[in-house]
Amino acid sequence: MSKFKKKKSGAIPAISTASLPDIVFMLLFFFMTATTMKDSDLMIENKLPKADQTAKLHKKQYVMYIYAGKPSERYRSTLGQTDRVQLADKIANVGEIRNFVISERASRNSEDEKYLTASLKIDKDVKMGLVQDIKQELRKVDQLKVNYTTTQGNPID
Amino acid sequence: MAKREAPEVNAGSMADIAFLLLIFFLVTTTIGVDQGINRLLPRYEENPPAPPINERNILRVLVNKDNQLLVNEQLMDIKDLRQAAVDFLENNGDGTCGYCQGKKNSNSSDNPDKAVISLMNDGQTTYQTYIAVQNELVAAYYLLRDRESKRRYGVSYREMEYVYNDPASKATEGLVDELEPKVKKIQDMFPMRLSEAEPKKNF
Repeated sequence: MSKFKKKKSGAIPAISTASLPDIVFMLLFFFMTATTMKDSDLMIENKLPKADQTAKLHKKQYVMYIYAGKPSERYRSTLGQTDRVQLADKIANVGEIRNFVISERASRNSEDEKYLTASLKIDKDVKMGLVQDIKQELRKVDQLKVNYTTTQGNPID
Repeated sequence: MAKREAPEVNAGSMADIAFLLLIFFLVTTTIGVDQGINRLLPRYEENPPAPPINERNILRVLVNKDNQLLVNEQLMDIKDLRQAAVDFLENNGDGTCGYCQGKKNSNSSDNPDKAVISLMNDGQTTYQTYIAVQNELVAAYYLLRDRESKRRYGVSYREMEYVYNDPASKATEGLVDELEPKVKKIQDMFPMRLSEAEPKKNF
């Protein structure tokens, strides 16, 4: 009968952590595929408005980003309270958009140029005066394809 | 010589390494927002010519600095804007539009080809309201286009347009060429004539 006694060692066996790396790798791969690299640090507040008549943007190589919004808390002492435009990773004047578009175009294939879309990531509290100025500048350099980037949702509420 | 067993590699730190990588990716990446309302801006002209448009063919949408809406001189809630725009676009006043289901009101637009929606903002309007108005007006056009596209080709216009504009579609032989006449046809049926006037500057 000693056969049966062997199991009873009293202490609770340790939980195996052998599968922990697998779980973490799974998470890692999820984040690697579902996210994109941050390309610029935003110095402005950027809460996008909601809309539901949206279309998906094509691949990133065809998109340039223009941000606008109030400077965020920690930059407010140097940049002030009014709405500002941000191109790539620095605050710019509206007039600098022209050169930005031209340099963005130059950095791409000439074939891709006609698909190039300007994604306007504008905070929902920005006043239309600034937005209109941005649009005017884009029109002057013939960057006519724009995308008002929004989050998914019903705009009326 | 005694045969020695190969020692097992200790995999205990594997989890730590994976965690390190995971945290690195969590910090350096963002979940991208990659959708929005696509619009085509008009070409820039110094002195834009004013085309002769009959007053009844224009739906005037004004947004003031308190984000209130005035549609054809009447105060309107933004909820009703979509339906108002649809009614206006397919009103079919002169009866030349065979596929319209409008009321043929003589005080509203002649046909979808002539109907123009004119949007004017105040410089102090918030972007949020502007997007909401844009959204409703674009929705009105897409509602009509989708309806016609479904009836004629059995697919929604939205899908066709997306594939047509996708740079990746070039890879498939003949796909773009096949879609082009269909997309153009629907666009001709309800051309998007959404004009935006310069906002009054008062800031």
